[in-house]
Amino acid sequence: MLEIELIMTDISQTIGTYRQLVTRRFHWLASAGIALAAIVIIDILVGPAFLNIFDVLASLVLPETASDPMVYIIVHTIRLPMTMMAITVGASLGIAGVQMQTILGNPLASPYTLGFSAAAGFGAALTILFGLQLPFLPDFTVPVAAFAMAGFACLLVYGFAHIRGVTAEVMILAGIATLFLFQSLQSLIQYLASPEVLQEIVFWLFGSMLKATWFSVSVSGGILLISVLVLAMDSWKLTALRLGDERARSLGINVHRLRLKIFVIVSLLTAGAVAFVGTIGFIGLVAPHIARMLVGEDQRLLMPLSGIMGAVVMVGASIVSKVISPGAVVPIGIVTAVVGVPFLFALILAGKKRHW
Amino acid sequence: MLKVSGLCVDYGPVSVLKDLAFSLEPGSFTALLGANGTGKSSLLKGIAGIIPAKGEISISNDLPVMPQQRGSSIAYMPQDTGATSSLTVIEVILLGRLRSLGLQVSQSLQTAASGILTGFGLQTLETRTLDEISGGQRQLVYLAQSLFRNPKILLLDEPTAALDLRHQLIVLDRVVNHCRKNGTIAIAAMHDLSLAAKCADRLICMSQGKIVADGAPDKVLSAPLIRKLYGVEADIVAGHKGVLHITPLKAVETRQASAPPKYRRSEPREEWSGE
Repeated sequence: MLEIELIMTDISQTIGTYRQLVTRRFHWLASAGIALAAIVIIDILVGPAFLNIFDVLASLVLPETASDPMVYIIVHTIRLPMTMMAITVGASLGIAGVQMQTILGNPLASPYTLGFSAAAGFGAALTILFGLQLPFLPDFTVPVAAFAMAGFACLLVYGFAHIRGVTAEVMILAGIATLFLFQSLQSLIQYLASPEVLQEIVFWLFGSMLKATWFSVSVSGGILLISVLVLAMDSWKLTALRLGDERARSLGINVHRLRLKIFVIVSLLTAGAVAFVGTIGFIGLVAPHIARMLVGEDQRLLMPLSGIMGAVVMVGASIVSKVISPGAVVPIGIVTAVVGVPFLFALILAGKKRHW
Repeated sequence: MLKVSGLCVDYGPVSVLKDLAFSLEPGSFTALLGANGTGKSSLLKGIAGIIPAKGEISISNDLPVMPQQRGSSIAYMPQDTGATSSLTVIEVILLGRLRSLGLQVSQSLQTAASGILTGFGLQTLETRTLDEISGGQRQLVYLAQSLFRNPKILLLDEPTAALDLRHQLIVLDRVVNHCRKNGTIAIAAMHDLSLAAKCADRLICMSQGKIVADGAPDKVLSAPLIRKLYGVEADIVAGHKGVLHITPLKAVETRQASAPPKYRRSEPREEWSGE
């Protein structure tokens, strides 16, 4: 009897500890959400025109009662689309990065590992070089070409993996080959381009939020939302994948099918993010590591936190890109690593545990 | 009842298992013996449906169960304990009931997971990550996960390989008791003959992908069989309560038969699922 009581006490303490762990991780998620909200307000406030914080908040919360129409126009037509795009792109790359690291079982993997971004860049460069334009939608020629080329790269790696076996090693090999192929093709186009066209290509490749519109936000945001919903349904299977392929299979998971499914979602997320704003690096690598340090491997929390951390770094980079050179906006792709690296180093130095 | 008939596994051109057939009773614990490379792990994986295998597996009745459907009734514990990650011990246990996990983990599932951890004496490790605990502790965690699934068939690939003597006995006693209590059929690939003779109801001995001996330990184990299986001279003594003790004396001539087959690493590539 005493033994049973002791075991029951042990069990209740165990549950308590697990609950405490989950609660603590939820607190990290909530804190990151609050940090993102704060940084978003700062991003909207920062710009060539000085805006009062109360006017900005009033314009955001109660737009119909905004006293100053100029503030309303600046916030809603210029700054808010850029900020929303930064959130969407950051979250997409953060989530794409964490899933890429999960399915490939590699901490160095990111949305760039399999060459999707390089392919998007090549698609964009190709249309800029030849001055191609879509009938009826000329403004969307470059994003559509970038998206289509990223999709083609996805098919290339997918086809190779399908023939040779859907293992992490095969996918990394096929992806790196695709990356080098499209980087070479990009270089070829830059070599062939005139100085003016070259400047335009290079500016696109740097990545910039200035291209953001409400339409691009809604397309990228739609892809992000659908992807998150699909990924959430597989969150425990993705968590199990971190035990290795054989153990995941022994739990009844079709590792082959899961890896291909996640691969397609990652390629869509990456293409949806980079097609509108250009190739933005580092977010997909750094955000998952920051999130993993805070909430571990449980995908129910790791995936959303990775998305939020990606958005935080991206919006932070957007602020830095606006203040670094007064009166001008430095392409955001240049400053993402400048913002992300100190953040990551600080967390690594502060933490005591290894996280991969 | 587990019924295996005509089971064959090929790795490319190499035939690893050749037309195996046996049946096991509910509540029984069977040890699978044989030298390295004789097909013990392939047999377990073939039954689990993790690698493609020809032949029929039926559970409970005479109807064959397709590989995709075996995940719900068969738990397979791989040999390797090296996979490390920052998953916590309790998360690993919970993953054993993957199909019951939603975005929120129910209270009853948490209680059950904590119960199995306490049963294995692992309650102090529940929020430790896999890379923070020893290989032996990881093996205990994976075994606890396998039992947490409450399967009809439990397939264990060298379940005590990383454990100290005390834990070897504790773990095997726990598995045997679990089988008796729940009617689970357990098959464990083992190398410790004395331990197998002590715990198992039945031994299945393999050589070159075939079953060469099958039966109760005291009926099957003999010096000529051990010589045939492992190429080792051994002394067999009946100890307390008739439990056999096997003492290896010396290795005899090199046996070509047990050399692992050569095959490409990627084969077999096709994958079956329990979904």
